[in-house]
Amino acid sequence: MLEIRNLHATAGGTPILKGIDLKIEAGEVHALMGPNGSGKSTLSNVLAGKPGYEITEGEVLFRGRDIRDLAPEERAAQGIFLAFQYPVEIPGVTNNYFLKSALNALRVHRGEPELDAMDFLALCKEKMARVDMPEDLMNRSINEGFSGGEKKRNEILQMLLLEPRLCILDETDSGLDIDALRVVAEGVNSLRSPERAMLVITHYQRLLDHIVPDFVHVLTEGRIVRSGGKDLAQELEKKGYTWLERGPEGAAAP
Amino acid sequence: MSPPGAGPLEPYERDFEIFRAGVGGDPAWLRGLREDAMGQFREAGFPSTRLEAWKYTSTRPIAEAGFTLAASDAGSLTLDQVEQLCFPVFACSLFVFVNGRFAPSLSTPSTRAAGLPFESLARLRSENPAFLEGRLGRVAELKEHPFAALNTAFLDDGAAISLPAGAVEEEPVHLVFVSVGDGDEAPWVTHPRVLVHAAAGSRVTIIQDHVSVGSAPRFTNAVTEVTVEENARVDLVLLQREGDASHHISGLHVRQERDSRVSTHTVTLGGGFVRNDLTLLLAGEGAECKLRGLFLGTGDETVDNHTLVDHAVPHCTSRELYKGVLAGTSRGVFQGRVIVRPDAQQTNAFQSNPNLLLSDGAEVNTKPQLEIHADDVRCSHGATIGQLDLDALFYLRSRGIAELAARDLLTQGFATEITDSLPAQALGERVRELLLDRLHGAGNGARS
Repeated sequence: MLEIRNLHATAGGTPILKGIDLKIEAGEVHALMGPNGSGKSTLSNVLAGKPGYEITEGEVLFRGRDIRDLAPEERAAQGIFLAFQYPVEIPGVTNNYFLKSALNALRVHRGEPELDAMDFLALCKEKMARVDMPEDLMNRSINEGFSGGEKKRNEILQMLLLEPRLCILDETDSGLDIDALRVVAEGVNSLRSPERAMLVITHYQRLLDHIVPDFVHVLTEGRIVRSGGKDLAQELEKKGYTWLERGPEGAAAP
Repeated sequence: MSPPGAGPLEPYERDFEIFRAGVGGDPAWLRGLREDAMGQFREAGFPSTRLEAWKYTSTRPIAEAGFTLAASDAGSLTLDQVEQLCFPVFACSLFVFVNGRFAPSLSTPSTRAAGLPFESLARLRSENPAFLEGRLGRVAELKEHPFAALNTAFLDDGAAISLPAGAVEEEPVHLVFVSVGDGDEAPWVTHPRVLVHAAAGSRVTIIQDHVSVGSAPRFTNAVTEVTVEENARVDLVLLQREGDASHHISGLHVRQERDSRVSTHTVTLGGGFVRNDLTLLLAGEGAECKLRGLFLGTGDETVDNHTLVDHAVPHCTSRELYKGVLAGTSRGVFQGRVIVRPDAQQTNAFQSNPNLLLSDGAEVNTKPQLEIHADDVRCSHGATIGQLDLDALFYLRSRGIAELAARDLLTQGFATEITDSLPAQALGERVRELLLDRLHGAGNGARS
């Protein structure tokens, strides 16, 4: 589904990604771990098409198609979804109107009829229940005054509504207490399917207790320095990232 | 007789000679009011940018255009056109003015309007001038406002809205001023006047909507005078959506007595040259006013908002929020003055003017101003100028919303605080739509 080849990218002119190779097939859940500043968020932003990042080398294929020149909305239409580490607060635009606009934009793209306000509300209520989200958040401005947990639930709600092919979760566990973490993880797990792939970016192992990955990759200084199964995450948790940086055995490229 | 060197005043002097001959049947006090006003205008002339109040906006485009008084039978409009121009939700009470003149045939039939507090000024002038005496010209300060003086000099028709003590009007009174004229016509001016009197404990919402049809150059010089007695409440909406060839100067003059409430919404969505002057005198203790504004500039339009809130007595509150959206090479101005007089202890006065610039060529000048002469007050003011938030834009786009639609959403979002606070929800929805229509160049001048 997603194939990243020798990806080099800069953010504001500074090289951050220095040759990433990663292949994710439908049905797989990949975890990407790494210390602060290793390039995890840059990778997610590059995949979602955030302006300000430049790919200097390599390519990104999504379902066989090079997406480097696609606008963020076109990538979304192709089925790429990024759950933000820091969801943006947008005063004056209600969550309800935003989600309906987003869903209908995708439906139009898929050749499906737009949902009217009633149908949308019914669908939305059902999805909100799955992430334990209070209904009044729909009539508030997007993320404005939401708690950290509410913002993350809102991200997962969007994912449930938009049903993307590839879900990229950028530090979705940050700022969540253990109950919220469980709710969010359940939401994510409910989307696991043979047609869908996930890239779960996290600093800590605890999220991966709830969203169990098929593969774990470790990113350090803009390169994937180690790949393995879910045990790798536990090993990292025990030994710390310095284990990889220090030990010669850890420096092996995947 | 025009004094030497007063070139720009000449067409007005000529018109005044003819006009005053035509209204010779009015009572002496009214004729005197006009003469005095013409004298004030003559003395002041067109204000220059040397005056603080006109620092950012030159009146030369108006002075040089040589506007002449619109003929009394100028322009015509069909009911269908009126229906297209207006908001269907207020069709139940609609008072239409064509080129400054009340058009009963386009308005709510008088049988149905029987209980409504509306009368045309022209009719009152001839049938009940005593009602107007002491009310007309009571609130508007002509010395400081030459265009209000000019309006008074040509005082002819308009709306009088009067509520007896305790009267509560649930439905908004909707006034529509339509300028009609084709491009080959001479540039003409109208001076619509609105007089509002809310007696003690009464309540009313008034929507004043200025629209233009056709591309003729025109000048609307409107004055609204409002007296709000004890414990009365008046909600005013001024909606301006004229065409590129329109010049619009609007003066709103309000006097508030004890414990009264006033809200104003000044929504400017179009017009080549728009200047709004709001003057509120908080004359009775416990009075509160909320001034809200939303102004959009597109193309090379100029929108100038000038407000003055005068806290003359203790325990009054004023809250002011004006939001500007400037695109193209348009220019926006906000000058907001708040005066707190020495006696006006326990004053609360807040003023804020955020602006959104949508293009590199757009410009805004903002000057919130507090003049505090009392010591026990809570006052604050602030202004910001910014652009669309790029992170917000990316967030929306990453969910599949196309860039243009995302920009529109954010622009509407910026305006939401104002549109949501409009006294009728349907009006807020309509303004949100019109905002985007205007921004994208549709509906310059009203759809006709």
